[in-house]
Amino acid sequence: MKFSEHWLREWANPGIGTDELAHLLTLAGLEVEAVEPVAGDFSQVVVGQVTAIEPHPDASKLKVCRVDVGGDEPLQIVCGAANVAVDLKAPVALVGARLPGGMKIKKAKLRGVPSFGMLCSEAELGLAESADGLMALPADAPLGVDIRDYLQLDDRSIELGLTPNRGDCLSIAGVAREVGVVARCEVKAPEVAEIAPATDASFPVRVTAPDDCPRYVGRVITGIDPQAVTPLWMQEALRRSGLRSLGPVVDVTNFVMLELGQPMHAFDLDRLDGGIHVRHATAGEGITLLDGQAIDLDAGTLVIADEKAPQALAGIMGGQDSAVSEATRNLFLESAFFNPLCVAGRARSFGLHTDSSHRFERGVDPQLQRRALERATDLLLKIVGGQPGPVTELTQGERLPKQPAITLRRARIVRILGTEIADAEVEDILGRLGMQLTATEEGWRVVPPSFRFDLEIEVDLIEELARIHGYESLPSSRPQASIAMQPQPEGRVPLARLQQILVDRGYHEAITYSFVEPGLLEALDPQATPVRLSNPISEDMSVMRTSLWPGLVKTLAYNLNRQQDRVRLFETGLKFVRQADELAQEKCIAGLVSGALYPEQWGEAGRAVDFYDLKGDVEALLATLGKAGGIRFTAQTHPALHPGQSARILLDDQAIGWIGAIHPAIEREIGINQRAYVFELSLSCFDQAAVPRFTPVSRYPAIRRDLALLVDRGVSAAELEKVVRAHADPTLRDFHLFDVYEGEGIDSGRKSIAFGLTFQDQSRTLEDGDIDRALSRILSALTDKLGATLRE
Amino acid sequence: MQNDLQKQLDELVQQAAEAVRDAEDLAQLDQVRVRFLGKKGEVTLLMQSLGKLPHEQRREAGKVINTAKQAVQQMIEGRREILQQEALEAKLNAEAIDVTLPGRGQRPGGLHPVTRTLQRIEGLFSQLGFEIAEGPEIEDDYHNFEALNIPESHPARAMHDTFYFDEHTVLRTHTSPVQIRVMQERQPPLRIIAPGRVYRCDSDLTHTPMFHQIEGLLVDENVTFADLKGILDDFLRHFFEQDLKVRFRPSYFPFTEPSAEADIECVMCGGKGCRVCSHTGWLEVLGCGMVHPKVFGHVGIDTEKYTGFAFGMGVERLAMLRYGVNDLRLFFENDLRFLRQFR
Repeated sequence: MKFSEHWLREWANPGIGTDELAHLLTLAGLEVEAVEPVAGDFSQVVVGQVTAIEPHPDASKLKVCRVDVGGDEPLQIVCGAANVAVDLKAPVALVGARLPGGMKIKKAKLRGVPSFGMLCSEAELGLAESADGLMALPADAPLGVDIRDYLQLDDRSIELGLTPNRGDCLSIAGVAREVGVVARCEVKAPEVAEIAPATDASFPVRVTAPDDCPRYVGRVITGIDPQAVTPLWMQEALRRSGLRSLGPVVDVTNFVMLELGQPMHAFDLDRLDGGIHVRHATAGEGITLLDGQAIDLDAGTLVIADEKAPQALAGIMGGQDSAVSEATRNLFLESAFFNPLCVAGRARSFGLHTDSSHRFERGVDPQLQRRALERATDLLLKIVGGQPGPVTELTQGERLPKQPAITLRRARIVRILGTEIADAEVEDILGRLGMQLTATEEGWRVVPPSFRFDLEIEVDLIEELARIHGYESLPSSRPQASIAMQPQPEGRVPLARLQQILVDRGYHEAITYSFVEPGLLEALDPQATPVRLSNPISEDMSVMRTSLWPGLVKTLAYNLNRQQDRVRLFETGLKFVRQADELAQEKCIAGLVSGALYPEQWGEAGRAVDFYDLKGDVEALLATLGKAGGIRFTAQTHPALHPGQSARILLDDQAIGWIGAIHPAIEREIGINQRAYVFELSLSCFDQAAVPRFTPVSRYPAIRRDLALLVDRGVSAAELEKVVRAHADPTLRDFHLFDVYEGEGIDSGRKSIAFGLTFQDQSRTLEDGDIDRALSRILSALTDKLGATLRE
Repeated sequence: MQNDLQKQLDELVQQAAEAVRDAEDLAQLDQVRVRFLGKKGEVTLLMQSLGKLPHEQRREAGKVINTAKQAVQQMIEGRREILQQEALEAKLNAEAIDVTLPGRGQRPGGLHPVTRTLQRIEGLFSQLGFEIAEGPEIEDDYHNFEALNIPESHPARAMHDTFYFDEHTVLRTHTSPVQIRVMQERQPPLRIIAPGRVYRCDSDLTHTPMFHQIEGLLVDENVTFADLKGILDDFLRHFFEQDLKVRFRPSYFPFTEPSAEADIECVMCGGKGCRVCSHTGWLEVLGCGMVHPKVFGHVGIDTEKYTGFAFGMGVERLAMLRYGVNDLRLFFENDLRFLRQFR
């Protein structure tokens, strides 16, 4: 809601300045979003009149004008505007004037002809964004008067960010009412007299949807002057409220809407057939709206039709066919009450949002229609003339919104606000807000005014009390509560702990959009069928991620393109995976590394990260579970990963994630020119951590033996360890792999694996014989199962 | 005889003194020791020659030789200490390094500023016993709107710029549905905060289609608007670590009443007015209010017994103000040069 401060002050003028007024409105819940001057900053611009025009001797587009500015002598001004004409009244910037933007008017020669001032357009005075000629002033504008005074330009446009509950403030009248309450000042409304009909011209009205339109008021005005123009004061009032002037009839209906809050519509009577019929549309009907848009109506949409076809979308927008035009001589003026529920959502369903629908869906005062019609008639008669007919009104009172009495309990006020508000103040505040109060034992029975659609229940009234009393004047306290401990499962690893592990290992956390590009997701997770947004911002943000990798890979590419080639990233968040009919929203942690393992440093050769670097990081995360034995990495292929460098991660035989190198083909496709390694873990497993369980530390010495074996290249470390453990006696404390080698000195197809075995007994010192026996059992098992031989 | 011996010893001590002085390192010094005090050293030989002396002279001669021997020993020991000290110093000198060279290994990364901000907020509220609650991001119409008193036709729906999957399934537009889910499952007293991603179909300089909110809810038997003011006042001052002015002004949310917006004195200009606060001196930082009875109705909480308040705030906005970030979109570009500033 944007309006002119000056206009508001005609209604309610508290003795305070603009800043204080704005502050007052904001603290009353009508947030002032902007206060802007209605004109640019200029001085010494007066009303002038062109008295004579001669062509410029040396410039075909310039004219030499004589301009009367009320002084002794007319001024000679050279002007290039196309619309300059003898008798035209226009603003004149005198010599010495300053225009918006700092331009100073001096005596000047234009192509050799002296010029003493400048004739101005609206744009040059900061009254409009653009203009195509001089600003034409009314014929009765007094010569020589300062334009700022004449147009009352020392005014500001105030813009309110109104919340949807305060539809009652979408008018000067409504804002003035609030100002009156909060500033305790008088509110003056213009007299609206009943206009006596000058003819009996009327137009039949029929309402067959009375629930949606319980009140319809209309009137015929015949014989209006099609040449009439909107007076400058009204154009200015509209402009300062953010509306364009669209001709006198529409301007009047808009003016009344801004002034009183009643959206109105004027039909060209001669384009209507038979009579007005307020009804629901039938399927298959359509209408072309004022903005030229043709829409198909569905059954249930409330329309204003004539006997033939819908002529307006009730409360939303008029139709093109019966719109007022420059040829219109006879009007049918509509002022109706439409049920908020019948307008709400309807405009949106057609992709429309109009000043009218905005008001109706929030609620228009159901008692306002006749008054608005009379006000509009009065203004129209003054501006476009014509003969008013009698008012036609169809009202079904029982279908109008009710003002039910609300019970307000004294005790409840304290319960909600934490403070008492004295009875006298309650009665004063609610009274000033236009409510009818009846005292009861516990408090009051309150009937709100007809324009307050937002007041239905007790707490609505308590909010009003708080608002007018002032939120800032309400007390502030600290909540009292009984303190109770909450469970704190030790087996749950906090997410923050996992994040910290990665941060300490050099990772930065990324946050990427949950919706991703379908192509990238398809490349990284081809088996998924992602859920698709029906109204995405753009195609590259149209499907919900089924993996955290697309976001990380895209972030890698983004950084590589910006010379950041050492990348260590992780992200946590939901992935959205369709499983049969269910949609799982699964919380994950995922990471990506690429580039050098360490930041470049002196004294040690750098190297690129590899699979095992990332695996070490993943193992660090999994170590928080305290289940070393339950975690396995098994070679398994994944469409996004290098087939020889990818593994499924299992915890107690349940798959919990993946790790691997991004498939070279995908790297190429995305344009990444260095190896990248990724992992993803489901976070659900991190609430199953083992709580530590003590075992006694042996007092006897441990003995370590190292073995180096040759095995086939395809034998995995895990297999080897499994055989060792299966054939070791309980004195084996530790298996520790410390070297893997293939190449020179080793048969091709074979590799050397070296590991240390540590033995220790709880109850005695082990002897060489014990160890030898244990080793030979292990060795023969390794030979049998894996074809291992001792490396010489 | 005595005098001869004394003279011989004096010379010997003199020679030893010169040899000790000339010894340049511990090895040379040891040679000196061997020369004079070794098994066949000169002093040792003299001592051994005592046996040849007559008995009555022996005692006296032994005394003088011993004195000389001790003198030589002391000289050697004294020199040894000096040489040892020198050797240590030389070793230390040789081992000196440039301590200003950078250390090796991994440099720590950092949490995203949004997470950092969330953790800070969670930390402050967990002091008061607020528990963290989470909910789905693909949400149904009921939890995101209906149960929060935003029926189908409500004008507030249009203000939400909702992403839809189908008529009844949306990306949550706020974290408030978590309130509903918690209240459906548990009875008061409740103290929760719900952080998370939210989505609005809007993208320009000051809007991203995804951002973060954190929602708070406190429901108990005697919770008032005054408590709401108190807790948020405390929170904002502690979050910004400044004795900020905080003001509350009436606003509207369908799920709270009375509803308020909290403004803080602009942290950029100290309330004097600047571009960040649109020259008002105030910054809007959160929305809040007393839980609406219709919301309690939807989840079956007795409004006569319990009252409660809820509040919600935009995490990116708080992070921008706290860390001076001037462009919302930076949060989701994940440029390492941006992320590295938050370690």
